[in-house]
Amino acid sequence: MKHIVIIGGGIAGIETASALTDAGHWVTVIEKDTRVGGKLNNWSYLFPDFTPAEKIAESLLEKCREKDFSILPDTEVKAIIRNQDKFNIHTSGNQNLEADAIVLATGYELFDARRKEEYGYKIYDQVVTSADLEQLLRPGESLTVAAGKNPKRIAFVHCVGSRDEKTGNHYCSKVCCITGVKQAIELKKRLPEAEIFCFYMDLRMYGKHFEELYREAQEKYDIQFIRGRLSEASEKIDKSLLIKAEDTLSGRPLKMNVDLLVLLVGMEAGKGTASAAFSCGVNCEESGFLKSMDSLLRSNISQQEGIFLAGSCTAPMSLNDTLLHARSAAIEVNNYLKKSIK
Amino acid sequence: MKEFGYTIIKQRTIDYDQFNGRLLNEILLMEPSFKVCLSCGGCTATCSAGDLVNFNIRRMNLLLRRGETAELESEIQKCMLCGKCMLVCPRGINLRNVIMLIKKNISRNKTTKY
Repeated sequence: MKHIVIIGGGIAGIETASALTDAGHWVTVIEKDTRVGGKLNNWSYLFPDFTPAEKIAESLLEKCREKDFSILPDTEVKAIIRNQDKFNIHTSGNQNLEADAIVLATGYELFDARRKEEYGYKIYDQVVTSADLEQLLRPGESLTVAAGKNPKRIAFVHCVGSRDEKTGNHYCSKVCCITGVKQAIELKKRLPEAEIFCFYMDLRMYGKHFEELYREAQEKYDIQFIRGRLSEASEKIDKSLLIKAEDTLSGRPLKMNVDLLVLLVGMEAGKGTASAAFSCGVNCEESGFLKSMDSLLRSNISQQEGIFLAGSCTAPMSLNDTLLHARSAAIEVNNYLKKSIK
Repeated sequence: MKEFGYTIIKQRTIDYDQFNGRLLNEILLMEPSFKVCLSCGGCTATCSAGDLVNFNIRRMNLLLRRGETAELESEIQKCMLCGKCMLVCPRGINLRNVIMLIKKNISRNKTTKY
């Protein structure tokens, strides 16, 4: 029986593990956290249909329970050594695993919004990130701002830490546009009196039902979209924020007072991905995400034979795309192992 | 002659075939970062001059790319070269140099039709 070690127990790691177990392989997942699910655990509701994130997390846990693959929680990879056509993996728990193939599913990290200082995250109280807002949208959480009042006017800023040379991230994080639309609708449902604005450069509604949700946001929830990138935010004496942008479609500078500013933070490759790549000699792209053999036919195959890539460690990806990428990684690993039997 | 009040109205259509792009190409050659503008308007939002007068630095790109040289020449005089636009530009465009290059080249190219 062939042994496959998967590094990362998020959505991609568990889905790959599940598919490879089904194909009759012995699979071990190494997860640095205590529980599996990765970033999914920080989300409350998912686009484009407001599915509770717990429901997806539960289905992953069910796979972990029902299928016969092992998970090493609270464990990190210390070193990976290639030994002919096998790999020796040394873990932080002082275990040595021998694997026939490795799948890197180390995921992403959220952009640290403090790096866009001009938007005032962690400087002004009423600036939150999309990830913070996700926690606030949980039932029972309060959305009040200064003086215990409900926010009357809320602005979302798209592309925070994406498509921005100043942060070194040239790429589009893909999921923030639709996250903004989803969260704007959720806020409007909770606070029907509030006016909600989205400041965007381009709206990339690429996925199934995304465009429909955008239309619904306009039609049913009166969310307003302004084409312009925020240049800065500053706090006023009453703790509200003054934001500045150009309304590029009317060609004039625009300022607006808001009670809450939500920064739609993008994805970055993160330290876990960088160190995993370094320890096994897999190359990174300029963006920091892992480099595949090519981006069309072999997006799951790294430049190191026997090492495969799954999910958002290769590029920003939605949950849906991650699941598909993970399953296709499993097919590639299976093909590789079948070939090496001959 | 009797004045009937008729004037020849300038065509509203952008006649792209009348545009020769010489000034644009000169500027892009000397400041290639100007190619990547995505018209987000961050520059205009933070512009010191734009706070006071009707000046839209983002439109420089469009005026240049559509051959609206006459308007460009008068507009460009409003810039105070403070450089705040360069601090916010997500594409890292050296806008101050673009302005300087337009100023330098626009009169030299005046005889040509853009």
